[in-house]
Amino acid sequence: MSDINTQRRQFLKTSAGAAAIAIAPGMMLYQTAHGDTAAASSSVRWGMLIDTAQCKEGCNDCVNACNKENGLSGKTGVTDSQWIRKIEIKAVGSGHAVSLPMMCQHCEHPPCVDVCPTQASFKRADGIVLVDRHLCIGCRYCMMACPYKARSFVHETLEDQNPDVPRGKGTVEACSLCVHRIDKGQIPACAEACQNKAILFGDLNDANSEIYKKVRSVASVQIRADLRLNPGVRYQGL
Amino acid sequence: MADLSALRSMNRLYYVLLALGGLVVLGGAYAVHMMEHHGHIISGMNNQIVWGMPHVFAIFLIVAASGVLNVASIGSVFGKAIYKARAPLASLLSIAMLSGGLAVLMLDLGRPDRIIVAATNYNLTSVFAWNVVLYSGMFSLVIVYLWTMMERRMNPFNKAAGLAVFVWRFVLTTGTGLIFAFLTARQAYGSALLPPMFIVLSFAWGLAVFHVVQAAIYAWNEKALDPAILQRKKNLLGVFVVGSLYMVATYHFTNMYFAHQQSFELFILRDGGIYPNLFWWGYVVLGNLVPLLLIYMPGLGKSKCVMAAALLVVLGAFALLYVFIIGGQAFPLDIFPGYEVSSSFADGQIAGYKPSIYEFLLGFGGLAIAFLITTVSVRVLNFMPQDKPYISD
Repeated sequence: MSDINTQRRQFLKTSAGAAAIAIAPGMMLYQTAHGDTAAASSSVRWGMLIDTAQCKEGCNDCVNACNKENGLSGKTGVTDSQWIRKIEIKAVGSGHAVSLPMMCQHCEHPPCVDVCPTQASFKRADGIVLVDRHLCIGCRYCMMACPYKARSFVHETLEDQNPDVPRGKGTVEACSLCVHRIDKGQIPACAEACQNKAILFGDLNDANSEIYKKVRSVASVQIRADLRLNPGVRYQGL
Repeated sequence: MADLSALRSMNRLYYVLLALGGLVVLGGAYAVHMMEHHGHIISGMNNQIVWGMPHVFAIFLIVAASGVLNVASIGSVFGKAIYKARAPLASLLSIAMLSGGLAVLMLDLGRPDRIIVAATNYNLTSVFAWNVVLYSGMFSLVIVYLWTMMERRMNPFNKAAGLAVFVWRFVLTTGTGLIFAFLTARQAYGSALLPPMFIVLSFAWGLAVFHVVQAAIYAWNEKALDPAILQRKKNLLGVFVVGSLYMVATYHFTNMYFAHQQSFELFILRDGGIYPNLFWWGYVVLGNLVPLLLIYMPGLGKSKCVMAAALLVVLGAFALLYVFIIGGQAFPLDIFPGYEVSSSFADGQIAGYKPSIYEFLLGFGGLAIAFLITTVSVRVLNFMPQDKPYISD
């Protein structure tokens, strides 16, 4: 009688152990796949202040850093993706010339999100405008709607992608403000790469942040402010 | 015996037409396969011209699909007998063109395999998403409307169905116009004039397509259209052509009046190379003035002239849509008003676009789908207009 009981206990113990071994890797992978599941906070509004006086004509450091960080080819053909680009502008009357980086302006009222039929374009609680690559059907309506031409369409098969930044043929993409870095407590690659410190990144809502103070102390503008989209990216010296 | 051999040759012709249509559909399917496999890199579209030739075809088909129902509405809603006799054919053409247009639009997507996402993830603020409902609703309504006409027991509901279709197609074409009207930042679009403009354009384009198909069916059945009916039809086409020209002119005049829109208008109407040429020669002259001459010139306006006018109106429609859709994107987006701009992303430059063979294959595939649906339906069901011996209204 007691002999049978021992065997049964042994059997139960082994089964429980085997079950734990079977489930554990799955649980770990699940955790790895989902990462830190803390939701983005709506008390935060990520943004940038770009000092055009510090931005040098011909310097492409921010563009190169973005390409490297996000696994873009860096090619500039008509069908290649450009998440950030340098624009040279010259005032028609005065001839005043400025060089500046242009990327997704992470609007508070993004037209791309309004027009997207499938909710693939969306705005995170912390103000970052993103494309859900699983929902995007590739209609390109967001590209038509964006006042900043910030979006690119993936025209061909991609190779050597950065695992942190999945991209896909037939979908639309744009600057994500390096959301994968922000979620790890880092700043966007372009801001980090800029040698002249022309790109100041931070929380526009945090009264202690440098960007909060700077936006209140220097004159800065939003591009196409007349459209009232309230972009999270502001420019100084325009 | 002679009759029988004529019948046989008609039969053969029918299958030849089916085979030809099928071949063009296959060409479209090949284009879809290639674009799916290689990506849109093999099309002429790029990051500046994001909507290209497929959209010209698709929007023509969808707008004409709505406009062709005008024939049905004049019959069912306003009670005109000669139009009522043509309502079934108009409804069939509407379904056929809507199918062709939607097929092109859907198969041009970057991920056509995800089309179901458009139904499962619905964005209430997106006019594209509204159109998903408007298009499928139109489909169902027109089928019900056809049912009320072709099934005797359903006849009592015909008036109600006709009215529903009448209202729905106005909303639908408004939705198509709104796709562009909601693009506030683009100089070419973002105008409240666009929905009514598309509605009036749809009248002309739909009636032109209707006339071409009706003429083919009469020829097939070795009948001649009653000259009195032809007279009314061609006058209506003339009025619609004048109306659409008026709307297009108003759109350009309002733009020209706004100083900040003038450079865009100069580009489209004078300096833009292919775009002004297509606009003036393709749309204004061939698509409007010549058809008006063919319709109203004393001595002209006979059956062949009206046929030519209808075909030219369709040609003009393609010219106008090319200028509107592609020219509208080719003109640089004004991100920094008052500045000259340049960049690696074509800022401040006129965007280049060369449509590729795959885009044409896809577009013609859509036309062929509409053609096949029409040909088969006309063959197996009775869509031949049945006019009464005398015209009462």
